[in-house]
Amino acid sequence: MNQSKGAIVGIGELKPQRLTSGVTTLEMIAEVSRLAVLDAGLEPTAIDGLLVGPQVGETPQHVPATIAEYLGLAPTMANVVDLGGASGAGMIWRAAAAIEAGMCEAVLCVLANNREETAPRSPNRNPIREFDVPFGASGANISYALLMQAHMAKYGSTARDFAMIAAAARANAQLNPDAIFFGKPADVEAVLASPMIASPLHLLEIVMPVAGGEAVVVTSAERARSLRKPPVHLLGAGEKVTHRAVSQAPHLTSGPLKSAMARAFQQSGTRAEEMDLLSLYDCYTIMVATTIEDAGLCAPGQFGAWLSDHDLSHKGDKPLNTHGGQLGFGQPELAGGMTHVVEAVRQLRGEAGERQIAKAGLALVTGNGATMSEATALVLGAA
Amino acid sequence: MLVDLNTLKTAGPTITALTRPFWDAAAEGRLAIQHCEDCGKAVFYPRPICPNCWSRRLVWKDASGRGWLKSFSEIHKPGHPGWLPAAPYVVGLVELAEGPTMLSFILAGTRPLHIGDMLRLAPTAIGGRVLPAFKPVEPGAEEKPK
Repeated sequence: MNQSKGAIVGIGELKPQRLTSGVTTLEMIAEVSRLAVLDAGLEPTAIDGLLVGPQVGETPQHVPATIAEYLGLAPTMANVVDLGGASGAGMIWRAAAAIEAGMCEAVLCVLANNREETAPRSPNRNPIREFDVPFGASGANISYALLMQAHMAKYGSTARDFAMIAAAARANAQLNPDAIFFGKPADVEAVLASPMIASPLHLLEIVMPVAGGEAVVVTSAERARSLRKPPVHLLGAGEKVTHRAVSQAPHLTSGPLKSAMARAFQQSGTRAEEMDLLSLYDCYTIMVATTIEDAGLCAPGQFGAWLSDHDLSHKGDKPLNTHGGQLGFGQPELAGGMTHVVEAVRQLRGEAGERQIAKAGLALVTGNGATMSEATALVLGAA
Repeated sequence: MLVDLNTLKTAGPTITALTRPFWDAAAEGRLAIQHCEDCGKAVFYPRPICPNCWSRRLVWKDASGRGWLKSFSEIHKPGHPGWLPAAPYVVGLVELAEGPTMLSFILAGTRPLHIGDMLRLAPTAIGGRVLPAFKPVEPGAEEKPK
């Protein structure tokens, strides 16, 4: 017999019903998850991996984060498996593979569905829709404004500190002809003069939605040797999901990227200071500020001084988002996060043209979702 | 903000049987939250299991209505068109005295808001229903005995 790749240690099942009445899928997921974890004899806190199915309509996006928050979990691997009737089986090997990869130790794989006689008028039934939207909080801008306000109050960071991030992104975008803001630089004064959207967040501190697309191909290191381009190696990765709604965030001035980056550095045997490129997710200026601090590049609250002390251009000592970041390039929805991967690959291959950084050995790539609540970090290395 | 909040065409809550006690209490001007009889923690938003210990022994209790402002934002460009007539208005994160944090509508006090301000439940009719909004406790105001 070959060595086991993993083991199933707990099961849960709900009694089937023809119809449910006024019950959400989230409520049912909670009930059946509890049964499986009880059966396993584990504490809920032992669950550090989460695989869930898609919930078309009820929770259109951020499904693992919504379920993790609902269950009080903070998994270090979270994903949707969307394979129709194969989703359940598909979860099992993915769970084993994630454990084998060192991303987590105990994975909850859960699928459930309600069956209402009449579909609700608004299909979206997640807690944000019920407990945030009626109070006047719709959309991501408000969530990040709340995070930014908290940072300013705790550390005394200023509007000018945050505006430097947007201005640096616009400056780097001037070397990327594909960027939406190519030919349109904006300095700190312009950022501060742009309209207030949700205090303290200005318009130019928010990504511009655009159409676009990004793709990458991954293969084994062995196979990569025979292909035409120099490989860029994945040296380490980390992930963490802590909540969905900003009201449920465990911290407002530090996020799950802190733990995700720590794991990525640990797996790769590297340190933040060694990175030749910082390719940091930048949906809002506050996201970059918090990531710089969570990476340990400076003390908490000191990102403004750190920005002033460093040159963030391709010629600088700390190149940051040389493609312009999403603040300069534009955000093609979910592909926006992949722009940080693609730019890191360009730089590590030495294919970044006039914005090529001089020394390109290691890159830190970060991804962030929802309300600074879904985090993935990668350390990439040149061949 | 000069508009009557009750006339706004905003999106109301999507109530289920599980969450109905919260909204029924809200309509009566109370803030009801769940408490776990096993681990003792207060729970917000409502769930079928305690997010701390996964116990199903959750009971509803009226909250004290006291809290403090963890963060806030003055909304100039609302994400939902129904709120446009009210802009600018303030939403905030309220850490309840019982422990959990909820997002709420923050009524104006006599002084500018600051993170750390003490807040008090202030039931307010918004969009045709009474919601558990909050208002700042005025400095020097005596806490009334319950």
